[in-house]
Amino acid sequence: MSVYQKNEVKEDETSRTLSLVVDNQPGTLARVIGLFSGRGYNIESLTVTEIDKIRSLSRISLVTRGTSMTIEQIKSQLLRIVPVHIVRDLTLEGPFIKSELALVKLVVKGANRVEALRIAETFRARTLDVTLSSFVFELTGKPSKLDAFIDLMRSLGDTEISRTGVSAISRGNKTETKLLDQI
Amino acid sequence: MFFLKVNKMTVNYINGAEAVIKALEENGVEVIFGYPGGAVLPLYDALFENKKIKHILVRHEQAAVHAAEGYARSTGKVGCVLVTSGPGATNAITGLTDALMDSVPIICLSGQVPTHLIGTDAFQEADTTGISRPCTKHNYLVKDATQLCEIIHKSFLIASSGRPGPVLIDLPKDIQLSKVKYVNKNTKIKKHNNDNSSNIDESLINKVATLLLQAERPIIYGGGGVVNSGPEASKLLTELVNILDCPVTLTLMGLGCVPNTNKNFLGMLGMHGTYEANLSMHNCDVMLNVGARFDDRVTGRLNAFAPNSKKVHIDVDKSSINKVVSVDYGIVGDCKKVLSALVQEVKKLHNQKTIKSKTKWWSQINKWKEKDSLGFKQIGNNIKPQQAIKSLYEKTKNFDTYITTEVGQHQMWAAQYFGFSKPNHWMTSGGLGTMGYGLPSCVGVQIAHPESLVIDISGEASFLMNMQELSTIVQYKLPVKIFILNNEWMGMVRQWQELNHGSRYSESYTASLPDFVKLAESFGITGLRVDNINNLDTTINEMINIKGPVIADIRVEKEENCFPMIPSGAAHNEMILSSDDNQKDTSNEGLALV
Repeated sequence: MSVYQKNEVKEDETSRTLSLVVDNQPGTLARVIGLFSGRGYNIESLTVTEIDKIRSLSRISLVTRGTSMTIEQIKSQLLRIVPVHIVRDLTLEGPFIKSELALVKLVVKGANRVEALRIAETFRARTLDVTLSSFVFELTGKPSKLDAFIDLMRSLGDTEISRTGVSAISRGNKTETKLLDQI
Repeated sequence: MFFLKVNKMTVNYINGAEAVIKALEENGVEVIFGYPGGAVLPLYDALFENKKIKHILVRHEQAAVHAAEGYARSTGKVGCVLVTSGPGATNAITGLTDALMDSVPIICLSGQVPTHLIGTDAFQEADTTGISRPCTKHNYLVKDATQLCEIIHKSFLIASSGRPGPVLIDLPKDIQLSKVKYVNKNTKIKKHNNDNSSNIDESLINKVATLLLQAERPIIYGGGGVVNSGPEASKLLTELVNILDCPVTLTLMGLGCVPNTNKNFLGMLGMHGTYEANLSMHNCDVMLNVGARFDDRVTGRLNAFAPNSKKVHIDVDKSSINKVVSVDYGIVGDCKKVLSALVQEVKKLHNQKTIKSKTKWWSQINKWKEKDSLGFKQIGNNIKPQQAIKSLYEKTKNFDTYITTEVGQHQMWAAQYFGFSKPNHWMTSGGLGTMGYGLPSCVGVQIAHPESLVIDISGEASFLMNMQELSTIVQYKLPVKIFILNNEWMGMVRQWQELNHGSRYSESYTASLPDFVKLAESFGITGLRVDNINNLDTTINEMINIKGPVIADIRVEKEENCFPMIPSGAAHNEMILSSDDNQKDTSNEGLALV
């Protein structure tokens, strides 16, 4: 953005979820991240994993924040990157699912252990590891649900948190197969 | 060459380096600018006996890229560079960034330490793909020799298609030495996503054509995209201007795509553009931007940029549209294709409807012209830099003249006072503003056009930045003319210090200058010097008539400022025409701008 922009009337920034299909090559992720840092855009969450071994393609799910003009910029800038094949704006396309996984370690003794298990059950978290003084819970779902769970756990004892970041997909029967075949 | 028997068929294997050179040949490379080193020895060995590709040995890798840029921009072909690993590659970075900013198609081959040593901090190792990632359109590190040929073919496609740009290919030394089966170009090369070869929306063309025909105060503003699109695009743009009889202005990068002699041409626009060009932009009702990107040098303060206009933007790069200026109609596509459709549509509609009369608009523009914003007074015997450029233009306009420049005041004066009648004849560093661009760039231009008159309009400070290239110029007997406007100052820095920092000239004096005439002589070429206006023409004539390279040290008025000017943070209608005009202090926000 030009520094001249300062005086412009500011439109509200909104959160957007983008879904990218990229070549699974060294450097592709660096290129995407470099675009955001180099041009001063925000990344709120980012996940990457290979989705197609034969064609060697990866999906990047990305949550960013900006005005509609900035988001349009981000999308067209992303498409300039040679190994980026598809850029979809899930927020704009319609209903979509956002899901995330969290591993939460809680160090807890005494009566709070029961409380922790009760909360975990309410949230439908799985207990992956138990010792006499700790638990490791696994929880999936919307980021806001994970936030709430983690907040509660923190009030019960010392915690260690590991989260994957948001993975997203559109609702309904539409797929990207046709787009992918053109790559 | 190796011959191996595979499945009873004889397959010709060559080594990776030979495959690279063969792939360059197949992609039409005739000249390569480079500098050897340990990690590219196999490539140089493959070049040793090659008869088709001419290698030009530069004296610094930055210069190799600038020379390739000059070559590319004056021919429309892809420029090719070969540098070694580590410092060779890092030296090339400025050139690559320059090519990225100005959309010049470049292929840069860099050597790399062998794959098994990558990551060990080996001698002359650098993370070249990491360093060059943000300053190239794309880059590759070749780790698998079977992909070598395809990567090179694809790189040429990427560099030259869509919005052109530099592509770097990092070649580890073991890959250069490995056995490779050569793969031809047209075998299954996938198109990449940014090709923009899609069809143009006809209804949009119709809307835009109607808008242009009904406009009362239209203006067309063209940029480097028109030049990049090929000479045909320039012709179409000129045709459109003539049909609509509307004013046209060009950016620094676009100069030449409408001839300077066209009666509708208002000169360059922007920070040092003409008064009439900027005022027409400010007061227009319809603006058509063809292949320009609303750069901050052009727009001035954005919230006062052409406030009451409908804007149309044609650009091959979708991300340029609505980047800094919101437009009413954005057309993504190659300038030539879009202009051709637009000209047709305008002609068609022109027969049905009458164009709105522009008499009032032109009489207003003519009033602005009366300000004579490029006027200057040549008094006394000191040479005014503006006069030096004007005289140079007068003496060279009948030749096929190519101009390159460095960056600073001389660059702006060249843009203002030299007339360009054709595209691809003006090579300057616009986006990055690289001092030291002009001299190596004119090497590339002269290599591409051996019979033409190639002049580097330079400043003494910029010249010092890449003057090692004099050696290249002498080696290849390139008859380039180096026209130095010598005012002993980094003129543009000094001017900004005068206007914005109370004439506190911090570090902007170019002290300890060499004697340029003796410098020329030490390289065995001609040096000329002139400091009196009465001898200017004779010196220029002498310079042109000398067969070989010449350094002309033009001693000009030392503290001349470049006007007209939009002060930083000001709008088009707040231009200053001279130092006396600078009544208002620059705003605090303006002071923060570059």
